[in-house]
Amino acid sequence: MSESPQMFKPHFHEEARPLAYYLAKMNGYTALKKALPMPPEAIIEEMKKSNMRGRGGAGFPTGVKWGFIPKQSAKPKYLVCNADESEPGTFKDRDIMRYTPHLLIEGMVIGAHAIGAHAGYIYIRGEYTREAKLLNQAIEEAYANGYLGKNIQGSGFDFDLTVHRGAGAYICGEETALLNSLEGKRGEPRVKPPFPAQSGAFAGPTIVNNVETLAAVPMIINNGGEWFAKLGKLEKSGGTRLISVSGHVKNPGVYELPAGSVTIRELIYNVCGGVFGDKKLKAVIPGGSSAPVLTADEIDVIYDIEPLMKVGSMMGSAALMVVSEDYCVVKLLKRITKFYAHESCGQCTPCREGCKWMEDILHRIEDGHGREQDITLLLDIADNINGKTLCALGDAAAGPVSSFVKKFRADFEAHIRGGKCPNA
Amino acid sequence: MSKLLSQQFYDEMKKLEPRYPTKVALLLPALHEAQKQFGWLPGEVMDEIGTYIGIHPAQVREVASFYTMYNLKPVGKYHLKICTNVACCLRGAEELVEHCEKKFGVKCGETTTDKRFTLMEEECLGACGTAPAMMLNDDYHENLTAAKLDQILASLPS
Ligand SMILES: Cc1cc2nc3c(=O)[nH]c(=O)nc-3n(C[C@H](O)[C@H](O)[C@H](O)COP(=O)(O)O)c2cc1C
Ligand code: SF4
Ligand code: FES
Repeated sequence: MSESPQMFKPHFHEEARPLAYYLAKMNGYTALKKALPMPPEAIIEEMKKSNMRGRGGAGFPTGVKWGFIPKQSAKPKYLVCNADESEPGTFKDRDIMRYTPHLLIEGMVIGAHAIGAHAGYIYIRGEYTREAKLLNQAIEEAYANGYLGKNIQGSGFDFDLTVHRGAGAYICGEETALLNSLEGKRGEPRVKPPFPAQSGAFAGPTIVNNVETLAAVPMIINNGGEWFAKLGKLEKSGGTRLISVSGHVKNPGVYELPAGSVTIRELIYNVCGGVFGDKKLKAVIPGGSSAPVLTADEIDVIYDIEPLMKVGSMMGSAALMVVSEDYCVVKLLKRITKFYAHESCGQCTPCREGCKWMEDILHRIEDGHGREQDITLLLDIADNINGKTLCALGDAAAGPVSSFVKKFRADFEAHIRGGKCPNA
Repeated sequence: MSKLLSQQFYDEMKKLEPRYPTKVALLLPALHEAQKQFGWLPGEVMDEIGTYIGIHPAQVREVASFYTMYNLKPVGKYHLKICTNVACCLRGAEELVEHCEKKFGVKCGETTTDKRFTLMEEECLGACGTAPAMMLNDDYHENLTAAKLDQILASLPS
């Protein structure tokens, strides 16, 4: 595994932040100089060839998305970076922003040129105060050196970049909620269509991309889309992936591996040193807390988008959470469900009422007051949320409930029948 | 009516104004900046923001109340937000919360009578690899233990 290229990880340290380091050690802004004279279509073509699939959660091909932006538009176009990083378990974008902010800035200027935007925003979660400050410092450096602002590098292309801080609302990671929040409104998801590419920020055609997606653009332009595509070990999934590993592993942290190059078992036991305290593995949540859970018997699956979909889960934001036998899965699901109930924006009844209801039921099961029929009830409610809401938060809440209850049914039954947690 | 918001607030807004095609987009930055000055968002301050942006005061409140980071009531001098989401719970966050509740004699969501500490449970802070994590005012503290937390609290200026 050692010969595999790592684009980000070797630079995840404090010294990497200044522009001087970026220019000297990371071919800083050479991709921009290459891209500015390129016709926008050629850049989008390169992105398509790269098989870059969005790193925010849905895995949508980035080049295809950029291609949806109309060439002509009466309204200004915008490029928005989703730096909300709110999916529980995810912490990779924070490293990009605090250690290699210029990668993101350069990627955004190239992206803006490709779609014809002259203004861009980095929507960063409010809690990342330090990261917002560091980004602003890097943006100032970029302005001072002609990488942002008017007539970038003498090309005639103008692009202004602004950091916009969120204020503590998970739902603002959903792209249309994010756009409302950017516009100074409550962060409630919009009805789609229209999609952001037609009418997004301030009603202009808009692309929203995750931090990691945009930060990879300079490397794609410098080395070519085909090079990037070949980094991935599976078809249609290019590049390396930044994987956030947390929970009961010996060495949690951000890892960078070629897409599709390891199974979950290899990731836990070879890359991350194994389960904390050498305990028995109980469960793995593979893609942020929204992803349906996997049991210890299901971890021989390759850790990438398609293989995880095939086993009924998802890679999401590549946030892997490891759970040993030391923590009660009923309690864990209650905590996950409490989160979604708290974060539901309340616009759709199934999500607003259903999440709260599931939370209450899980609460009573964990407390030892559960009823025999609660298990079916939980599955019913989850079914009634899934696919019946405006945004994917509904599914995100339903997926964990159905999967935990189905796969760890015995644990739930033991709580109900025993009137308490069997291990408490 | 004399102004409550500082000159620094108005200077900052002037700087940001050209960055957005609408003035309403300044609302979140304005609420952040105001909270920096007051520690929370008193009603009259939200009214002044509404006047500055040119929107109804009710609209300011409607937006401010959507976001958990805006304090609609005063908080203690030190605001502890301990993450109790999945990764942090797996790494002992619940014990940290208990430890603080005992230490301060308050429940989560409450402020000590001397107004020094407000204790809250927080959702995932994006620091799960260094769990358990918390925010103390604007700063992150990670890889926490009860002992480390006590040390941090002991080092705070009164
Ligand atoms: C409830 C919810 C929360 C989301 N949170 C995030 C997030 O924190 N960061 C992110 O990049 N995408 C998040 N997404 C996905 C975005 O809606 C969007 O698909 C993504 O930013 C697109 O960027 P990409 O194509 O580069 O992945 C979230 C989606 C949903 C439904
Ligand atoms: S699914 Fe939930 S979070 Fe999404 S729009 Fe509906 S109520 Fe809001
Ligand atoms: S779960 Fe606590 S920081 Fe993510």
